[in-house]
Amino acid sequence: MTNMAEDLKAEAPFAGTGLAVTPEDRRRTQRKRSTRERKARTTDVVIYAVLAALVVALMVPFIWMVSSSLKENNQVLTVPIQWVPTEFVWSNYSDIWTRIPMMGYLQNSLYLAVIITCLQVLTGSLAAYGFSKVRFPGRDVLFLAYIGTIAVPWQAYMVPQYIMMQNLGLTNSFNALILLQAFGAFGVFLMRQYYMTIPDELCEAARIDGLSEYGIWARVILPLSKPALASLALLTFVNTWNDYMGPFIYLTSNRLWTVQLGLRSFVGQFDAEYAMIMTGSVISVIPILLIFLVGQRYFIQGIATSGMKG
Amino acid sequence: MTTETLEPVAAPASPQHGRGNRKQARRNTLIGWTFILPNFLGFLAFTLIPVIAAFALSFMEWTSFTAPRWVGLENFQRMFQSDTFWVALRNTVAYALGHVPLTMALALLLAMLLNRKLKGIGFFRVAIFFPYITSLVAVAVVWNMLFSPDSGPINQFLNSIGIAETPGWTSSSDWAMPAVIITSVWRDMGYYMVLYLAGLQAIPSELYEAAEVDGASAWQRFWNVTIPSLRPTTFFVVVMLTVSSFKVFDLIVVMTNGGPGRSTTVLSQLIYQEGIGEGKFGYSSAISLVLFLIVLTVTVLQFKIQQRRER
Repeated sequence: MTNMAEDLKAEAPFAGTGLAVTPEDRRRTQRKRSTRERKARTTDVVIYAVLAALVVALMVPFIWMVSSSLKENNQVLTVPIQWVPTEFVWSNYSDIWTRIPMMGYLQNSLYLAVIITCLQVLTGSLAAYGFSKVRFPGRDVLFLAYIGTIAVPWQAYMVPQYIMMQNLGLTNSFNALILLQAFGAFGVFLMRQYYMTIPDELCEAARIDGLSEYGIWARVILPLSKPALASLALLTFVNTWNDYMGPFIYLTSNRLWTVQLGLRSFVGQFDAEYAMIMTGSVISVIPILLIFLVGQRYFIQGIATSGMKG
Repeated sequence: MTTETLEPVAAPASPQHGRGNRKQARRNTLIGWTFILPNFLGFLAFTLIPVIAAFALSFMEWTSFTAPRWVGLENFQRMFQSDTFWVALRNTVAYALGHVPLTMALALLLAMLLNRKLKGIGFFRVAIFFPYITSLVAVAVVWNMLFSPDSGPINQFLNSIGIAETPGWTSSSDWAMPAVIITSVWRDMGYYMVLYLAGLQAIPSELYEAAEVDGASAWQRFWNVTIPSLRPTTFFVVVMLTVSSFKVFDLIVVMTNGGPGRSTTVLSQLIYQEGIGEGKFGYSSAISLVLFLIVLTVTVLQFKIQQRRER
């Protein structure tokens, strides 16, 4: 509707060019407007149809995943495709917990994601304050080192990291992953980008009011940066939850496995258990879906801040 | 809050000299470091030092069984004579050549379709973005099944539109890479769509109005207004996409694990296999350095091209 109004506004200056507007003219433009309105409404409908078709097409993998998770194994890959199960096999969703230690996997994933997210948000926002609001020699060189490592693909230094963890005796433990992922440069970068937009005058005013730097961070900056904190927390949580390579490299015993590792290993062992594999996939995606539905605004903002202003 | 311009009590230290200021500067340094330190310790130990170590290691021979020894360029010589290295490099480039243009084109197309003020447009945007944050294992598992050669939905669809000779996808060495590329394009385009949407919304509507007054067709407006105005976004998208293409790793590991044969083995995977799988720390670091140099060259090259265009 709004874009239609804009169209009309754009047209207005040319409606009665140069001449005095006669009633006839007005009638004519009115008629023109109503045809235009009708046209705009039909384009709207067409666009909706196109978009709906497109979204359905792009969502096919998800539709397939959910539908297959409610089938018997022999009904998953049928000719022709059954989009809706003939019989809903809800028992897949109760059986999976005993087939594989799904609950343990979920707990492990949750544990890692929560710890890493908390540490990353806390240390990231502290460091970002240091990099944006306190001026001291060497600060910018140090920040350059942070930025520089973002440009290095992590695959390029995963081997030294692994050697280090091996020597510390931390392989096959959560601590390896926590240490490697909780102090990322990305969090510092994202928070600093946001803090740069907060005017320094606010901090100065707080200084005059007698707040210490830590007080300013806790009582002025943190409350102001809630959207950025939310973005960073959500992005970190989702990244950790979805991470495959980290747990794949470091976690060897089954009791430490995350959802992603557990699911992958299930696929490797029972590759004909199509329905159950899809059930596991659905369960692994549901937490992400819930988080995304609650905080989608912050995801998009986080991407826009870290992406476009970088 | 007061906004009087009094002497700031702590930061920022003014450039004027004096004992008070120097003391102030020292205090600022101390305060600054306490803020940075918790993150910096972790960053130093687990990112910065490994990055530097990777450089040094690539000139050493070091395996899980032998002590480190300086060997100069030997690792690189061995690498350039290794057939597997060239296969992995070729596969990585092939992946990038498919992934970058396809993702970019589709992301732009989607962004243009979704860049309008309609009721409920947010839903469409969110739906298209969602694959990007879906776990990779789930994505790979579902697509592997969709690509299943006999009665997979994709081949059934191809059959239904009259293609009798359907590809073997992940079980064929010719079609495994296209299958991986299709999956990754589907997964990534929502992310780049968001970037393009931001770019499109920054284009002033006056430009379009002026073009319309001049009688420009929709196609002309696209080529002469949209594309040039989006140049900074496109530049950013291309850099990000290329860099991420050369880093492709987990998708391949989960979907095909490099196979069938070596048909989808990529550089990152080779680093993992040689370094962590077989404990050849020095040799794998040499491959890492090559990966890093490729990523760096691509980025610098694109910066140069962008600069020339702007002039």
